Amino acid sequence: MKPDKLTAEEIYYLMVLGRQFEYAAKEHYMQGEISGFLHLDIGQEALSVAAMKAFEKGDVFSTYREHVMAMARGIEPKAVMAELFGKATGVSEGKGGSMHLFDPSHFFYGGDAIVGGHIPNAVGCAYARKFQGDLSGVMVVFGDGATNGGAFFESLNIASAQKLPLLFLCENNQYAIGTKITRVAPFETQSKKADPYMRTVDVDGMDALAVYEAVREAQHYIEEGHGPVFVEAMTCRYEGHSISDANTYRSEQEMTLCKQKDPIAKLKAQLLSEFGTTQAHIEALEAKARSAVDEAVAFASQSPEPPLEARFDHLFEEGGDHAL
Amino acid sequence: MLYREALNKALDETMAMDGNVVVLGEDVGLYGGSYRVTEGLVAKYGEARLIDTPIAELSIVGNAVGMAIGGLCPVAEIMTANFALLAFDQIINHMAKLHYMSAGKITLPMVVRFPQGVSKQLAAQHSESYEQMLAAVPGLVVLAASDVNYAYHALKYAILRDDPVIFIEHELLYNKKGEVDLNADIDPLKARIVKEGKDVTIVSYLKMVDDVMKAIPAIEEKLGISCEVIDLCSLNPVDYATLEASLKKTGRIVMVEEDHKTGGYGAQIVSWAAEEMFYSLDAPPLRIAGEDIPVPYNRQLELASIPTPDSITAQIVAWGEKHGA
Repeated sequence: MKPDKLTAEEIYYLMVLGRQFEYAAKEHYMQGEISGFLHLDIGQEALSVAAMKAFEKGDVFSTYREHVMAMARGIEPKAVMAELFGKATGVSEGKGGSMHLFDPSHFFYGGDAIVGGHIPNAVGCAYARKFQGDLSGVMVVFGDGATNGGAFFESLNIASAQKLPLLFLCENNQYAIGTKITRVAPFETQSKKADPYMRTVDVDGMDALAVYEAVREAQHYIEEGHGPVFVEAMTCRYEGHSISDANTYRSEQEMTLCKQKDPIAKLKAQLLSEFGTTQAHIEALEAKARSAVDEAVAFASQSPEPPLEARFDHLFEEGGDHAL
Repeated sequence: MLYREALNKALDETMAMDGNVVVLGEDVGLYGGSYRVTEGLVAKYGEARLIDTPIAELSIVGNAVGMAIGGLCPVAEIMTANFALLAFDQIINHMAKLHYMSAGKITLPMVVRFPQGVSKQLAAQHSESYEQMLAAVPGLVVLAASDVNYAYHALKYAILRDDPVIFIEHELLYNKKGEVDLNADIDPLKARIVKEGKDVTIVSYLKMVDDVMKAIPAIEEKLGISCEVIDLCSLNPVDYATLEASLKKTGRIVMVEEDHKTGGYGAQIVSWAAEEMFYSLDAPPLRIAGEDIPVPYNRQLELASIPTPDSITAQIVAWGEKHGA
């Protein structure tokens, strides 16, 4: 099912917001206001946004490249930027940083920085949802690199054996830091690994409408009780793996080819031609995104640092035993 | 020479010397290593000896064990200590035990190296230290390189030794400068006296040695004493003889480590001092360590959670004043 006009425009807005947000994050990293690792999602916005919008009802587990997904999930750009700045107003109160955004009120559970480590967690959550009679499903997002790890294969097996309501979404940008997937795996399309276990779907990750449709259909399939689905979206990150990666392992030609498929430009053209969105409205959405990012940066930079004693908070749940 | 260059040189020389030495890990080949430790080696030794692996730590160490059984001398690089947790089954159940369980019929000339510790705002899943767990595993040699010269000699030793060695580096040491004395006669299992002194023995290892050295002028001035600083270098086996000689002279011991205090590695050293050196001690031992919390992202919170030169100074001075150092 394709998104309706309003949803398509919302996706466009969030993609532009995501890209502007990432450029702002990069700028403020360079200025020293953000530190640690910073993994930018530029180029992959179609996947990050459309998948979240299509999967609105379920739970999401993601990786350390999750700013845009978190925002598409409904977490305020201000709260995400403030977390990058390490501020008390950040979504993780300055304790997590870029890689660890969590907000259960938006059914968003990170933000995990151990490659593939969150996949078994998503399997467990899918079990809990099935146990509770809720088949809206859980979506776990991971990169191509994670599909070479044991946790991934164990999860395929368990999710399939138990017919769990789980959507495996593979964000295949072909590179694990600087190592091309085909140098360490026998094929470029990782859905082959899931093929013996479950329904697999390949989709163009640079096409927001296609991603939306694929994820929507997958969720529908899960809701009908058929068990897990594996969706693989081929995509391309424009930047290095993290801000400290100079991206020297990809040729200029490869980068040019990749940027020719720009997902934002593509959706813009689709909005104009297929949805009847006006140029003026597109510009208004873009302006709104820019001002949301400006506001987020201003909010983050004006926010207070967490008090030093806050570092001892949250080691354990306050208030004791839930069973009492 | 930089610390990472010293490690590179050790790898380079052992690879040139012994065609069975292979390096495996994530991005160690064409990319040159996440911290550039393996830079340039793939051009010299080829992809069959610099093996780019998938992100599969269990297999990196598990395969290295098999390579060693099969006659190679693998050096496995794990990108950071937290990722090594995925390989702990292989490290503890296989790498550490096969020689013993086979009554010595299997030898594992292999090394697992990784950086650890608090760098700068890498948050809780990229900032921890695991020497306390690994040094507690019988069958592993655990080395921690704080010094450029030591890093070079100790890594060569680790690669050439016929036993499994855990070689621990620190995220913030890779660009540390130092001299490598190629002809130095270094026993990598012996502790290094970084500075001689007569009143207090400060024991440390890895990056904390540098932080202790930064704190020394203020400590010595405020307490009017002289401190002996010892870099343990080998965390298992421990060079207790060097510690004993120092404690007999000073009668006071301070243990400084970055790792969480509860169950931290320094507990072993202080416990040894209490058991074996009780009658030589003139003051209760002092342990300075990281707090018992996951490492927070925010820079101020992060720095508050681990020892720094300032906090080391403050704690030793307070302890010294209380106990008459």
